[in-house]
Amino acid sequence: MITSNPRHLRGSYDVIVVGGGPAGLEAAVAAQEAGADHILVVDREPEAGGILLQCIHCGFGLHRFGEELTGPEYAQRVMKQALAHRIDIVTDAFVLDIDLQRRVKLMTREAGVSLVEARAVVLAMGARERTRAAVRIPGARPAGVFTAGMAQRLVNLYGWLPGRRVAILGSGDIGLIMARRLTLEGVEVAGVFELMPHPNGLNRNIVQCLHDFDIPLHLSTTVVEIHGHNRVEKVTVAPVDDNLRPQLERAWEVECDTLLISIGLIPENELSERLRLRMDPVTRGPVVTSAMECSLNGVFACGNVVHIHDLVDFVSAEAMLAGRSAGLFAIGAPLRPDNVRLLPGENVAYCVPHTISTEREHTVYMRTRRRLEACKLRLVAPDGRIVHEKRLRYVFPAEMVNLKLKPVILQHFHDDALRIDIVGRSAER
Amino acid sequence: MGEIVTVRYLCIGCPLGCRLEVDEDLEEHAIVEVRGFSCRRGKEYAIQEHTAPQRMVTTTVAIDKARWARLPVRTSRPAPKDKVLEICRALRTVRVSAPIASGDIIVRNVLNTGVDIIATRDMAEWAPPHNIET
Repeated sequence: MITSNPRHLRGSYDVIVVGGGPAGLEAAVAAQEAGADHILVVDREPEAGGILLQCIHCGFGLHRFGEELTGPEYAQRVMKQALAHRIDIVTDAFVLDIDLQRRVKLMTREAGVSLVEARAVVLAMGARERTRAAVRIPGARPAGVFTAGMAQRLVNLYGWLPGRRVAILGSGDIGLIMARRLTLEGVEVAGVFELMPHPNGLNRNIVQCLHDFDIPLHLSTTVVEIHGHNRVEKVTVAPVDDNLRPQLERAWEVECDTLLISIGLIPENELSERLRLRMDPVTRGPVVTSAMECSLNGVFACGNVVHIHDLVDFVSAEAMLAGRSAGLFAIGAPLRPDNVRLLPGENVAYCVPHTISTEREHTVYMRTRRRLEACKLRLVAPDGRIVHEKRLRYVFPAEMVNLKLKPVILQHFHDDALRIDIVGRSAER
Repeated sequence: MGEIVTVRYLCIGCPLGCRLEVDEDLEEHAIVEVRGFSCRRGKEYAIQEHTAPQRMVTTTVAIDKARWARLPVRTSRPAPKDKVLEICRALRTVRVSAPIASGDIIVRNVLNTGVDIIATRDMAEWAPPHNIET
């Protein structure tokens, strides 16, 4: 893939984008289309494109491009678009710090550490994987314990197999995809172990990654000990009770030389925290307005750094919004303020953006806490009146819920907080 | 009518995950009934999956003179499901050299399936800068 490394960095840019994954690249293009001239995207990898470059499987782009693409194909389209817009992209580079005046402390291979000014900043750092430490698995600390995404990188970019016989903890999509990937490369997959009573990945991945290759999925089961001196030799797994407590008397051992951990992602917000942006304790990302602006003026955010998305297509949509806002801010165009706060209510874990305007149309993304069928999504006013109701056949924690809000629904509200509830029939089974 | 067998499938169309059942007449080799779907796509999926299941295959092949050691590839269209492992095994011996462009045919008509193997990204010719250890 072509990566444009500018020979000389400017001392100031209209917009600096931190992170050259799909969010950063789409935001950069949108910022330019909104009128900003000089835009710099900074990426720490040797080439831009982000995690898509190692996601060699299909399933990306149906919403964004109207066809089903692999990760590298999606990344390349977004990259080509950025290059066509003459966006400066500097790779092998790192943003060390951003101060309140939006001066970006940047480290590059050629120039070392420099201070570059930005009229607007877009945070698009993405997320990282939760590790063994996040779930505190007891036992030895041998080689052979990897996060699923790390194993994906080793296999798909470097051509190294992580082991010969693998157990996988967590049934998120990355873990399921890796079960198939390793099987196709001749590695034996002993099983996938999921703490919850239901799988965390898409049915499509359950069928095409596990059933197709007769890989067993053990629900309500977790890894309780890792054994091995230099290398993983086996893991102990145990079923859990209704309170997710392992029942050690029913534990059994699984021979393997590798344990892959696929237990979720954490937005990578060290820069946001240094900027002391207001954070949402549930998403662990910054609180954002409907323009994707953070609590500090001129700082915008999009993609997995804000909340974990299921589909890159939604990342693109959010990034275009953030990039457009950053571009407008950079050229001095006023962003109209929001006047309504959104509060997650019954069965809603979080909603993004955190505020909206009664004058514009919005898409609100949210995640539910439980599996429900025959549901109603309700927008509730402070006095308890239902402002808007939408029927949904089902909601699942693993699938983001989108709500399109038209100004006409909101016209009587100003400086209010509206609550979002999702009620329905429990679908736990 | 001959003996009827019931085969179960999990629908992949949406997160509802309908439990599909296909009844087949073993003598006539014909589907007699499809149950458990809650939409038209579910019924079509059950029939397709029962009669001629297909999968898009994505894997990698070795590449020389490139930044990465592996080039991502896919089948040009879905391949018969029972050929998936065999296709991947055959691709383990394939080695290409950069530069490669996305869409380049890496293997034509792999294992006589009528399906080509194509690159899914550009990979420029690349040598490690002499002052950098890789």
